[in-house]
Amino acid sequence: MGGEAVSRFWREIPQRYNLIGTKCKVCNRIYFPQREVCPFCRRKSIGKMEEVKLSGRGKIVTYTIIHVPPKKFEGQAPYAVAVVELEEGVRVTSQIVDCNLDKIKIGMEVEATFRRIQDDGWTGAIYYGYKFRPVEKHEDKK
Amino acid sequence: MREVAIIGVGLTKFGELWDKSFRQLITEAGTKAILDAGIRGSEIDALYVGSMSPGRFIGQEHVGALVADSSGLTVMHIPATRIESACASGGMALRHAYIAVAAGIHDIVIVGGVEKMTDVVGSEATNILAMAADQEWEAFFGVTFPALYAMIARRHMYEYGTTREQLAMVAVKNHENALLNPNAQFHRKITVEDVINSPPVATPLNLLDCSPISDGAAALVLCPLEKAKEYTDKIVKIAGSGQATDSLALHGREDICTFMSTVRASREAYKQAGIQPKDVDVAEVHDCFTIAEILAIEDLGFVKKGEGGKAVEEGLTARDGEIPVNPSGGLKAKGHPVGATGVAQVAEIVLQLRGEAEKRQIPDARIGLAHNIGGSGASCTVHILEAV
Repeated sequence: MGGEAVSRFWREIPQRYNLIGTKCKVCNRIYFPQREVCPFCRRKSIGKMEEVKLSGRGKIVTYTIIHVPPKKFEGQAPYAVAVVELEEGVRVTSQIVDCNLDKIKIGMEVEATFRRIQDDGWTGAIYYGYKFRPVEKHEDKK
Repeated sequence: MREVAIIGVGLTKFGELWDKSFRQLITEAGTKAILDAGIRGSEIDALYVGSMSPGRFIGQEHVGALVADSSGLTVMHIPATRIESACASGGMALRHAYIAVAAGIHDIVIVGGVEKMTDVVGSEATNILAMAADQEWEAFFGVTFPALYAMIARRHMYEYGTTREQLAMVAVKNHENALLNPNAQFHRKITVEDVINSPPVATPLNLLDCSPISDGAAALVLCPLEKAKEYTDKIVKIAGSGQATDSLALHGREDICTFMSTVRASREAYKQAGIQPKDVDVAEVHDCFTIAEILAIEDLGFVKKGEGGKAVEEGLTARDGEIPVNPSGGLKAKGHPVGATGVAQVAEIVLQLRGEAEKRQIPDARIGLAHNIGGSGASCTVHILEAV
Protein backbone atom coordinates (compact mmCIF):
# COMPACT_ATOMS: atom_id res chain seq x y z
CA MET A 1 0.00 0.00 0.00
CA GLY A 2 1.03 3.65 -0.18
CA GLY A 3 -0.48 6.94 -1.16
CA GLU A 4 -3.83 6.14 0.44
CA ALA A 5 -5.90 8.77 2.23
CA VAL A 6 -5.90 8.22 5.99
CA SER A 7 -9.70 7.85 5.99
CA ARG A 8 -9.28 4.34 4.65
CA PHE A 9 -7.55 3.29 7.87
CA TRP A 10 -9.41 5.66 10.22
CA ARG A 11 -12.78 4.13 9.39
CA GLU A 12 -11.58 0.67 10.45
CA ILE A 13 -10.32 1.84 13.87
CA PRO A 14 -13.17 0.36 15.97
CA GLN A 15 -12.67 -3.07 14.40
CA ARG A 16 -8.89 -3.07 14.42
CA TYR A 17 -8.35 -1.42 17.82
CA ASN A 18 -11.16 -3.00 19.80
CA LEU A 19 -12.28 -6.06 17.82
CA ILE A 20 -15.80 -4.71 17.31
CA GLY A 21 -17.75 -7.19 15.18
CA THR A 22 -21.43 -7.48 14.35
CA LYS A 23 -24.15 -9.77 15.64
CA CYS A 24 -27.26 -10.71 13.67
CA LYS A 25 -30.18 -10.15 16.02
CA VAL A 26 -32.28 -12.64 14.02
CA CYS A 27 -30.04 -15.75 14.34
CA ASN A 28 -27.47 -14.51 16.92
CA ARG A 29 -24.50 -15.37 14.68
CA ILE A 30 -21.46 -13.17 15.21
CA TYR A 31 -19.28 -11.78 12.42
CA PHE A 32 -15.84 -10.26 12.21
CA PRO A 33 -14.98 -8.20 10.25
CA GLN A 34 -18.35 -6.50 10.41
CA ARG A 35 -21.05 -7.42 7.93
CA GLU A 36 -23.92 -5.27 6.68
CA VAL A 37 -26.07 -8.32 6.00
CA CYS A 38 -26.15 -11.77 7.64
CA PRO A 39 -25.37 -14.42 4.96
CA PHE A 40 -27.88 -16.78 6.58
CA CYS A 41 -30.78 -14.41 7.29
CA ARG A 42 -30.10 -11.99 4.43
CA ARG A 43 -33.07 -9.61 3.98
CA LYS A 44 -34.46 -10.45 7.42
CA SER A 45 -31.21 -9.16 8.93
CA ILE A 46 -31.31 -5.74 7.27
CA GLY A 47 -31.25 -3.12 10.03
CA LYS A 48 -30.80 -5.86 12.62
CA MET A 49 -27.02 -6.14 12.69
CA GLU A 50 -25.71 -4.75 15.98
CA GLU A 51 -22.14 -4.06 17.06
CA VAL A 52 -20.58 -6.44 19.54
CA LYS A 53 -17.14 -6.46 21.18
CA LEU A 54 -15.30 -9.75 20.86
CA SER A 55 -13.41 -11.30 23.77
CA GLY A 56 -10.12 -11.47 21.88
CA ARG A 57 -9.40 -14.96 23.17
CA GLY A 58 -9.12 -17.94 20.88
CA LYS A 59 -7.09 -20.82 19.47
CA ILE A 60 -4.73 -21.16 16.53
CA VAL A 61 -6.34 -23.07 13.62
CA THR A 62 -3.27 -22.93 11.39
CA TYR A 63 -0.15 -20.78 11.07
CA THR A 64 2.98 -20.05 9.06
CA ILE A 65 6.30 -18.31 9.60
CA ILE A 66 6.84 -15.74 6.87
CA HIS A 67 10.44 -15.46 5.69
CA VAL A 68 9.77 -13.48 2.50
CA PRO A 69 7.63 -10.51 3.60
CA PRO A 70 5.91 -7.68 1.76
CA LYS A 71 8.04 -4.52 1.59
CA LYS A 72 6.41 -2.79 4.58
CA PHE A 73 7.11 -5.78 6.82
CA GLU A 74 10.72 -6.34 5.77
CA GLY A 75 12.16 -5.34 9.15
CA GLN A 76 9.94 -7.85 10.95
CA ALA A 77 10.75 -11.12 9.13
CA PRO A 78 10.72 -13.88 10.11
CA TYR A 79 7.32 -13.41 11.76
CA ALA A 80 4.35 -15.66 12.43
CA VAL A 81 0.87 -15.31 10.97
CA ALA A 82 -2.10 -17.45 11.96
CA VAL A 83 -5.79 -18.01 11.47
CA VAL A 84 -7.23 -17.72 14.99
CA GLU A 85 -10.67 -19.02 15.94
CA LEU A 86 -12.12 -16.75 18.62
CA GLU A 87 -14.33 -17.96 21.48
CA GLU A 88 -17.34 -16.51 19.65
CA GLY A 89 -16.65 -18.90 16.73
CA VAL A 90 -15.40 -16.31 14.24
CA ARG A 91 -11.96 -16.56 12.66
CA VAL A 92 -9.42 -13.80 12.07
CA THR A 93 -6.00 -13.62 10.45
CA SER A 94 -3.30 -12.01 12.56
CA GLN A 95 0.34 -12.03 13.52
CA ILE A 96 1.34 -14.11 16.55
CA VAL A 97 3.84 -12.26 18.75
CA ASP A 98 5.61 -12.34 22.14
CA CYS A 99 6.74 -15.93 21.82
CA ASN A 100 9.45 -18.11 20.39
CA LEU A 101 8.40 -18.93 16.80
CA ASP A 102 9.29 -22.61 17.37
CA LYS A 103 6.73 -22.84 20.17
CA ILE A 104 3.71 -21.97 18.03
CA LYS A 105 1.32 -24.92 17.56
CA ILE A 106 -2.11 -25.62 16.12
CA GLY A 107 -4.58 -25.47 19.02
CA MET A 108 -2.47 -23.03 21.06
CA GLU A 109 -4.52 -20.59 23.17
CA VAL A 110 -3.95 -16.95 22.27
CA GLU A 111 -5.32 -13.51 23.13
CA ALA A 112 -5.49 -10.22 21.26
CA THR A 113 -3.07 -7.42 22.03
CA PHE A 114 -2.93 -3.86 20.64
CA ARG A 115 0.11 -3.27 18.41
CA ARG A 116 1.67 -1.19 15.65
CA ILE A 117 0.99 -3.05 12.37
CA GLN A 118 2.64 -0.90 9.68
CA ASP A 119 3.41 2.70 8.72
CA ASP A 120 3.83 5.03 5.77
CA GLY A 121 7.52 5.70 6.42
CA TRP A 122 9.19 8.37 8.59
CA THR A 123 6.71 11.13 7.87
CA GLY A 124 3.52 9.15 7.24
CA ALA A 125 0.75 7.75 9.40
CA ILE A 126 1.26 4.77 11.72
CA TYR A 127 -1.38 2.07 11.53
CA TYR A 128 -2.30 0.10 14.63
CA GLY A 129 -4.42 -2.97 15.21
CA TYR A 130 -4.54 -6.38 16.82
CA LYS A 131 -1.92 -9.05 17.02
CA PHE A 132 -2.26 -12.20 19.14
CA ARG A 133 0.04 -13.61 21.81
CA PRO A 134 0.03 -16.91 23.70
CA VAL A 135 -2.14 -16.87 26.84
CA GLU A 136 0.41 -18.85 28.88
CA LYS A 137 3.17 -16.35 28.26
CA HIS A 138 0.98 -13.48 29.41
CA GLU A 139 0.14 -15.30 32.65
CA ASP A 140 3.83 -16.09 33.24
CA LYS A 141 4.55 -12.36 33.23
CA LYS A 142 2.20 -11.57 36.10
CA MET B 1 -27.75 -23.34 -26.09
CA ARG B 2 -25.23 -24.14 -28.83
CA GLU B 3 -22.30 -26.48 -28.41
CA VAL B 4 -18.92 -24.75 -28.65
CA ALA B 5 -15.60 -25.92 -30.11
CA ILE B 6 -12.04 -24.70 -29.71
CA ILE B 7 -10.50 -24.48 -33.18
CA GLY B 8 -7.26 -22.64 -32.50
CA VAL B 9 -4.59 -22.34 -29.81
CA GLY B 10 -1.60 -20.04 -29.47
CA LEU B 11 1.09 -19.87 -26.80
CA THR B 12 4.16 -17.76 -26.20
CA LYS B 13 7.12 -19.03 -24.29
CA PHE B 14 6.70 -18.44 -20.53
CA GLY B 15 9.53 -16.96 -18.47
CA GLU B 16 11.41 -13.78 -17.68
CA LEU B 17 10.99 -12.29 -21.13
CA TRP B 18 12.69 -8.93 -20.64
CA ASP B 19 12.76 -8.18 -24.36
CA LYS B 20 8.98 -8.65 -24.79
CA SER B 21 6.27 -6.15 -23.83
CA PHE B 22 2.68 -6.85 -22.70
CA ARG B 23 1.31 -6.00 -26.12
CA GLN B 24 3.92 -8.02 -27.99
CA LEU B 25 3.17 -11.09 -25.88
CA ILE B 26 -0.61 -11.06 -26.33
CA THR B 27 -0.32 -10.21 -30.02
CA GLU B 28 2.04 -13.15 -30.53
CA ALA B 29 -0.30 -15.59 -28.78
CA GLY B 30 -3.38 -14.25 -30.56
CA THR B 31 -1.74 -14.36 -33.98
CA LYS B 32 -0.61 -17.95 -33.44
CA ALA B 33 -4.15 -18.97 -32.41
CA ILE B 34 -5.68 -17.30 -35.47
CA LEU B 35 -3.17 -18.99 -37.81
CA ASP B 36 -3.74 -22.32 -36.04
CA ALA B 37 -7.52 -21.98 -36.54
CA GLY B 38 -7.14 -20.88 -40.13
CA ILE B 39 -9.55 -17.98 -39.71
CA ARG B 40 -9.28 -14.48 -41.15
CA GLY B 41 -9.24 -11.41 -38.95
CA SER B 42 -12.45 -10.19 -40.56
CA GLU B 43 -14.30 -13.25 -39.23
CA ILE B 44 -13.64 -12.36 -35.58
CA ASP B 45 -16.78 -11.22 -33.75
CA ALA B 46 -15.40 -10.46 -30.30
CA LEU B 47 -12.39 -10.64 -28.04
CA TYR B 48 -12.10 -11.49 -24.36
CA VAL B 49 -8.83 -11.09 -22.49
CA GLY B 50 -7.99 -12.26 -18.99
CA SER B 51 -5.41 -10.24 -17.10
CA MET B 52 -5.06 -9.93 -13.35
CA SER B 53 -3.34 -6.64 -12.72
CA PRO B 54 -1.84 -4.80 -15.69
CA GLY B 55 -2.71 -1.65 -13.71
CA ARG B 56 -0.07 -2.48 -11.12
CA PHE B 57 2.35 -4.60 -13.16
CA ILE B 58 2.74 -2.19 -16.10
CA GLY B 59 0.62 0.82 -15.04
CA GLN B 60 -1.91 0.14 -17.77
CA GLU B 61 -5.64 -0.43 -17.41
CA HIS B 62 -8.18 -0.54 -20.23
CA VAL B 63 -6.42 -3.52 -21.76
CA GLY B 64 -9.46 -4.86 -23.64
CA ALA B 65 -9.12 -1.98 -26.06
CA LEU B 66 -5.32 -2.16 -25.93
CA VAL B 67 -5.30 -5.81 -26.99
CA ALA B 68 -7.78 -5.21 -29.82
CA ASP B 69 -5.61 -2.31 -30.96
CA SER B 70 -2.25 -4.07 -30.79
CA SER B 71 -3.71 -7.11 -32.56
CA GLY B 72 -4.73 -4.92 -35.48
CA LEU B 73 -8.46 -5.36 -34.88
CA THR B 74 -9.32 -1.71 -34.20
CA VAL B 75 -10.46 -1.03 -37.76
CA MET B 76 -13.29 -3.55 -37.21
CA HIS B 77 -14.36 -1.97 -33.90
CA ILE B 78 -15.26 -5.37 -32.44
CA PRO B 79 -16.25 -5.64 -28.77
CA ALA B 80 -13.23 -6.31 -26.56
CA THR B 81 -13.65 -7.13 -22.88
CA ARG B 82 -11.05 -7.54 -20.16
CA ILE B 83 -11.92 -10.02 -17.42
CA GLU B 84 -10.31 -9.98 -13.99
CA SER B 85 -10.57 -12.73 -11.41
CA ALA B 86 -7.06 -12.77 -9.93
CA CYS B 87 -5.16 -15.88 -11.06
CA ALA B 88 -8.39 -17.28 -12.54
CA SER B 89 -8.68 -14.36 -14.99
CA GLY B 90 -7.77 -16.62 -17.93
CA GLY B 91 -10.25 -19.37 -17.12
CA MET B 92 -12.90 -16.72 -16.48
CA ALA B 93 -12.24 -15.07 -19.85
CA LEU B 94 -12.77 -18.45 -21.54
CA ARG B 95 -15.92 -19.04 -19.50
CA HIS B 96 -17.46 -15.75 -20.64
CA ALA B 97 -16.41 -16.19 -24.26
CA TYR B 98 -17.95 -19.67 -24.11
CA ILE B 99 -21.22 -18.25 -22.77
CA ALA B 100 -21.30 -15.67 -25.56
CA VAL B 101 -20.84 -18.30 -28.30
CA ALA B 102 -23.17 -20.84 -26.65
CA ALA B 103 -25.85 -18.17 -26.33
CA GLY B 104 -25.60 -17.27 -29.99
CA ILE B 105 -24.44 -13.69 -29.36
CA HIS B 106 -21.14 -14.23 -31.22
CA ASP B 107 -19.79 -16.91 -33.59
CA ILE B 108 -16.02 -16.56 -33.72
CA VAL B 109 -14.44 -15.32 -30.53
CA ILE B 110 -10.80 -14.94 -29.48
CA VAL B 111 -9.93 -15.60 -25.85
CA GLY B 112 -6.60 -14.22 -24.65
CA GLY B 113 -4.78 -14.35 -21.36
CA VAL B 114 -1.70 -12.30 -20.55
CA GLU B 115 0.47 -11.03 -17.72
CA LYS B 116 3.71 -9.07 -17.85
CA MET B 117 5.10 -9.50 -14.33
CA THR B 118 8.82 -8.79 -14.59
CA ASP B 119 8.54 -5.05 -15.27
CA VAL B 120 8.38 -4.64 -11.45
CA VAL B 121 10.89 -5.86 -8.86
CA GLY B 122 10.19 -9.05 -6.92
CA SER B 123 8.93 -7.44 -3.70
CA GLU B 124 6.46 -5.30 -5.65
CA ALA B 125 5.24 -8.44 -7.48
CA THR B 126 4.65 -9.99 -4.03
CA ASN B 127 2.54 -6.96 -3.05
CA ILE B 128 0.56 -7.09 -6.28
CA LEU B 129 -0.19 -10.81 -5.98
CA ALA B 130 -1.36 -10.25 -2.39
CA MET B 131 -4.14 -8.08 -3.84
CA ALA B 132 -5.91 -11.35 -4.67
CA ALA B 133 -6.24 -11.84 -0.90
CA ASP B 134 -8.42 -9.70 1.39
CA GLN B 135 -6.53 -6.38 1.57
CA GLU B 136 -8.15 -5.09 4.76
CA TRP B 137 -8.27 -8.29 6.80
CA GLU B 138 -5.36 -10.42 5.52
CA ALA B 139 -2.76 -8.39 3.62
CA PHE B 140 -2.97 -5.38 6.00
CA PHE B 141 -1.53 -7.58 8.77
CA GLY B 142 1.49 -8.66 6.73
CA VAL B 143 0.08 -11.80 5.13
CA THR B 144 1.59 -12.75 1.78
CA PHE B 145 0.03 -14.94 -0.85
CA PRO B 146 2.40 -17.88 -0.22
CA ALA B 147 1.56 -17.52 3.50
CA LEU B 148 -2.10 -18.32 2.82
CA TYR B 149 -1.22 -21.52 0.96
CA ALA B 150 1.36 -22.32 3.63
CA MET B 151 -1.41 -22.17 6.24
CA ILE B 152 -3.50 -24.55 4.12
CA ALA B 153 -0.49 -26.90 3.85
CA ARG B 154 0.11 -26.80 7.61
CA ARG B 155 -3.50 -27.67 8.34
CA HIS B 156 -3.53 -30.42 5.66
CA MET B 157 -0.43 -31.99 7.24
CA TYR B 158 -2.10 -31.75 10.67
CA GLU B 159 -5.43 -33.25 9.64
CA TYR B 160 -4.35 -35.88 7.11
CA GLY B 161 -0.69 -36.59 7.79
CA THR B 162 0.44 -35.19 4.45
CA THR B 163 4.24 -35.09 4.52
CA ARG B 164 6.83 -32.47 3.59
CA GLU B 165 8.19 -34.99 1.06
CA GLN B 166 4.79 -35.48 -0.59
CA LEU B 167 4.51 -31.71 -1.13
CA ALA B 168 7.97 -31.74 -2.70
CA MET B 169 7.01 -34.60 -5.02
CA VAL B 170 4.46 -32.36 -6.75
CA ALA B 171 7.24 -29.94 -7.72
CA VAL B 172 9.57 -32.76 -8.74
CA LYS B 173 6.91 -34.29 -11.03
CA ASN B 174 5.99 -30.98 -12.63
CA HIS B 175 9.63 -29.99 -13.24
CA GLU B 176 10.17 -33.36 -14.89
CA ASN B 177 7.13 -32.84 -17.14
CA ALA B 178 8.35 -29.36 -18.10
CA LEU B 179 11.56 -30.85 -19.49
CA LEU B 180 9.41 -31.96 -22.45
CA ASN B 181 7.65 -28.62 -22.92
CA PRO B 182 9.63 -26.19 -25.10
CA ASN B 183 7.51 -23.23 -23.86
CA ALA B 184 8.19 -23.91 -20.18
CA GLN B 185 10.02 -21.40 -17.99
CA PHE B 186 12.16 -24.06 -16.30
CA HIS B 187 14.00 -26.91 -17.97
CA ARG B 188 15.64 -28.17 -14.84
CA LYS B 189 15.19 -31.51 -13.13
CA ILE B 190 14.91 -31.19 -9.36
CA THR B 191 14.85 -33.66 -6.48
CA VAL B 192 12.81 -33.94 -3.29
CA GLU B 193 15.97 -32.87 -1.40
CA ASP B 194 16.32 -29.78 -3.60
CA VAL B 195 12.80 -28.70 -2.65
CA ILE B 196 13.24 -29.42 1.05
CA ASN B 197 16.59 -27.61 1.15
CA SER B 198 15.48 -24.58 -0.85
CA PRO B 199 15.08 -21.31 1.13
CA PRO B 200 11.89 -20.97 3.22
CA VAL B 201 9.26 -18.55 1.90
CA ALA B 202 6.42 -19.19 4.37
CA THR B 203 6.82 -22.40 6.37
CA PRO B 204 6.25 -25.21 5.49
CA LEU B 205 6.55 -23.92 1.89
CA ASN B 206 9.97 -23.27 0.40
CA LEU B 207 11.03 -21.48 -2.77
CA LEU B 208 10.70 -24.65 -4.87
CA ASP B 209 7.14 -25.19 -3.62
CA CYS B 210 6.14 -21.92 -5.31
CA SER B 211 5.31 -21.14 -8.93
CA PRO B 212 7.56 -18.44 -10.37
CA ILE B 213 7.00 -14.83 -11.46
CA SER B 214 6.53 -15.05 -15.22
CA ASP B 215 5.74 -13.18 -18.41
CA GLY B 216 3.63 -14.85 -21.04
CA ALA B 217 0.42 -15.05 -23.01
CA ALA B 218 -1.95 -17.64 -24.44
CA ALA B 219 -4.93 -17.52 -26.79
CA LEU B 220 -7.79 -19.67 -28.07
CA VAL B 221 -10.29 -19.39 -30.91
CA LEU B 222 -13.86 -20.49 -30.19
CA CYS B 223 -16.69 -21.13 -32.62
CA PRO B 224 -20.02 -22.99 -32.64
CA LEU B 225 -19.43 -26.76 -32.89
CA GLU B 226 -21.53 -26.98 -36.04
CA LYS B 227 -19.13 -24.57 -37.81
CA ALA B 228 -15.93 -26.16 -36.49
CA LYS B 229 -15.57 -28.68 -39.31
CA GLU B 230 -15.21 -25.82 -41.78
CA TYR B 231 -11.88 -25.06 -40.13
CA THR B 232 -10.42 -28.29 -38.76
CA ASP B 233 -10.60 -32.10 -38.75
CA LYS B 234 -9.38 -32.37 -35.18
CA ILE B 235 -12.36 -30.93 -33.38
CA VAL B 236 -12.22 -30.38 -29.63
CA LYS B 237 -15.42 -29.27 -27.93
CA ILE B 238 -16.13 -27.70 -24.57
CA ALA B 239 -18.20 -30.47 -22.96
CA GLY B 240 -18.60 -28.75 -19.61
CA SER B 241 -17.93 -25.39 -18.01
CA GLY B 242 -18.25 -24.56 -14.32
CA GLN B 243 -17.57 -21.48 -12.22
CA ALA B 244 -17.92 -20.90 -8.49
CA THR B 245 -16.86 -18.66 -5.61
CA ASP B 246 -16.03 -18.87 -1.91
CA SER B 247 -15.16 -16.40 0.86
CA LEU B 248 -12.45 -13.96 -0.22
CA ALA B 249 -10.41 -14.54 2.93
CA LEU B 250 -9.14 -17.97 3.93
CA HIS B 251 -10.37 -17.37 7.50
CA GLY B 252 -13.93 -17.08 6.19
CA ARG B 253 -14.18 -20.84 5.64
CA GLU B 254 -15.11 -23.65 7.94
CA ASP B 255 -12.78 -26.12 6.24
CA ILE B 256 -9.34 -24.67 5.47
CA CYS B 257 -8.37 -27.81 3.50
CA THR B 258 -11.20 -27.79 0.93
CA PHE B 259 -11.77 -25.32 -1.87
CA MET B 260 -15.57 -25.41 -2.14
CA SER B 261 -15.23 -23.30 -5.28
CA THR B 262 -13.39 -26.22 -6.94
CA VAL B 263 -15.93 -28.73 -5.63
CA ARG B 264 -18.88 -26.72 -6.96
CA ALA B 265 -17.36 -25.67 -10.29
CA SER B 266 -16.17 -29.19 -11.09
CA ARG B 267 -19.48 -30.84 -10.16
CA GLU B 268 -21.26 -28.39 -12.47
CA ALA B 269 -18.82 -29.16 -15.29
CA TYR B 270 -18.96 -32.95 -14.78
CA LYS B 271 -22.76 -32.85 -14.80
CA GLN B 272 -22.89 -30.84 -18.00
CA ALA B 273 -20.36 -33.15 -19.68
CA GLY B 274 -22.13 -36.24 -18.37
CA ILE B 275 -18.92 -37.75 -17.01
CA GLN B 276 -17.35 -38.82 -13.71
CA PRO B 277 -13.94 -37.72 -12.40
CA LYS B 278 -12.54 -41.17 -13.30
CA ASP B 279 -13.37 -40.56 -16.98
CA VAL B 280 -10.79 -37.75 -17.21
CA ASP B 281 -7.75 -38.84 -19.26
CA VAL B 282 -5.57 -35.80 -18.60
CA ALA B 283 -5.84 -32.73 -16.35
CA GLU B 284 -4.15 -29.36 -16.02
CA VAL B 285 -4.75 -28.14 -12.45
CA HIS B 286 -3.86 -24.95 -10.61
CA ASP B 287 -0.59 -25.78 -8.81
CA CYS B 288 0.43 -22.22 -7.84
CA PHE B 289 1.97 -23.94 -4.79
CA THR B 290 2.64 -27.65 -4.30
CA ILE B 291 -0.18 -27.95 -1.73
CA ALA B 292 -2.59 -26.47 -4.29
CA GLU B 293 -2.18 -29.48 -6.60
CA ILE B 294 -2.87 -31.86 -3.72
CA LEU B 295 -6.02 -29.91 -2.82
CA ALA B 296 -7.06 -29.80 -6.48
CA ILE B 297 -6.91 -33.55 -7.12
CA GLU B 298 -8.96 -34.10 -3.95
CA ASP B 299 -11.56 -31.40 -4.61
CA LEU B 300 -11.91 -32.43 -8.28
CA GLY B 301 -12.82 -35.90 -7.03
CA PHE B 302 -9.81 -37.77 -8.46
CA VAL B 303 -8.99 -39.03 -4.95
CA LYS B 304 -10.69 -38.86 -1.54
CA LYS B 305 -10.13 -35.84 0.74
CA GLY B 306 -6.84 -36.27 2.55
CA GLU B 307 -5.37 -38.78 0.11
CA GLY B 308 -3.85 -36.30 -2.33
CA GLY B 309 -0.35 -36.48 -0.88
CA LYS B 310 -0.34 -40.26 -0.97
CA ALA B 311 -1.66 -40.25 -4.56
CA VAL B 312 1.24 -38.09 -5.70
CA GLU B 313 3.71 -40.33 -3.87
CA GLU B 314 2.24 -43.43 -5.53
CA GLY B 315 2.51 -41.92 -9.00
CA LEU B 316 -1.24 -41.67 -9.71
CA THR B 317 -0.74 -38.23 -11.26
CA ALA B 318 2.49 -38.94 -13.14
CA ARG B 319 2.52 -38.85 -16.95
CA ASP B 320 2.15 -42.65 -17.00
CA GLY B 321 -0.23 -42.69 -14.01
CA GLU B 322 -3.97 -43.25 -13.85
CA ILE B 323 -4.81 -39.53 -14.17
CA PRO B 324 -1.82 -37.59 -15.55
CA VAL B 325 -1.86 -34.14 -13.95
CA ASN B 326 -0.02 -31.13 -15.37
CA PRO B 327 1.84 -32.79 -18.27
CA SER B 328 2.75 -29.24 -19.38
CA GLY B 329 4.80 -28.74 -16.22
CA GLY B 330 1.96 -26.89 -14.50
CA LEU B 331 2.19 -23.42 -13.05
CA LYS B 332 5.16 -24.62 -11.01
CA ALA B 333 7.52 -25.34 -13.90
CA LYS B 334 5.84 -24.11 -17.07
CA GLY B 335 5.51 -20.71 -15.39
CA HIS B 336 2.60 -18.66 -14.04
CA PRO B 337 1.94 -15.38 -15.84
CA VAL B 338 -1.29 -15.14 -13.85
CA GLY B 339 -3.74 -13.87 -16.48
CA ALA B 340 -2.36 -16.25 -19.12
CA THR B 341 -2.46 -19.36 -16.95
CA GLY B 342 -6.11 -20.38 -17.31
CA VAL B 343 -5.99 -19.99 -21.08
CA ALA B 344 -2.65 -21.81 -21.39
CA GLN B 345 -4.02 -24.76 -19.38
CA VAL B 346 -6.86 -25.16 -21.88
CA ALA B 347 -4.43 -24.78 -24.80
CA GLU B 348 -2.39 -27.68 -23.39
CA ILE B 349 -5.52 -29.84 -23.06
CA VAL B 350 -6.51 -29.05 -26.66
CA LEU B 351 -3.05 -30.10 -27.88
CA GLN B 352 -3.30 -33.31 -25.83
CA LEU B 353 -6.74 -34.16 -27.24
CA ARG B 354 -5.59 -33.46 -30.79
CA GLY B 355 -2.59 -35.73 -30.28
CA GLU B 356 -0.25 -32.79 -30.90
CA ALA B 357 1.50 -32.59 -27.52
CA GLU B 358 4.70 -34.03 -28.99
CA LYS B 359 7.02 -35.68 -26.47
CA ARG B 360 4.66 -35.07 -23.56
CA GLN B 361 1.62 -36.62 -25.33
CA ILE B 362 -0.62 -38.72 -23.09
CA PRO B 363 -1.59 -41.73 -25.28
CA ASP B 364 -5.26 -41.92 -26.37
CA ALA B 365 -6.38 -38.86 -24.41
CA ARG B 366 -10.06 -38.20 -25.27
CA ILE B 367 -11.32 -36.21 -22.29
CA GLY B 368 -9.33 -33.47 -20.56
CA LEU B 369 -9.95 -31.08 -17.69
CA ALA B 370 -8.57 -27.62 -16.90
CA HIS B 371 -8.85 -26.20 -13.37
CA ASN B 372 -8.05 -22.54 -12.67
CA ILE B 373 -8.09 -20.91 -9.21
CA GLY B 374 -8.22 -17.25 -8.23
CA GLY B 375 -6.75 -16.09 -4.91
CA SER B 376 -6.71 -18.64 -2.12
CA GLY B 377 -9.70 -20.42 -3.68
CA ALA B 378 -12.24 -17.59 -3.75
CA SER B 379 -12.78 -18.10 -7.49
CA CYS B 380 -12.60 -21.19 -9.63
CA THR B 381 -13.31 -22.24 -13.19
CA VAL B 382 -13.32 -25.81 -14.46
CA HIS B 383 -13.54 -26.69 -18.15
CA ILE B 384 -13.94 -30.19 -19.54
CA LEU B 385 -12.89 -30.70 -23.14
CA GLU B 386 -13.63 -33.65 -25.37
CA ALA B 387 -12.17 -34.78 -28.68
CA VAL B 388 -15.10 -35.12 -31.10
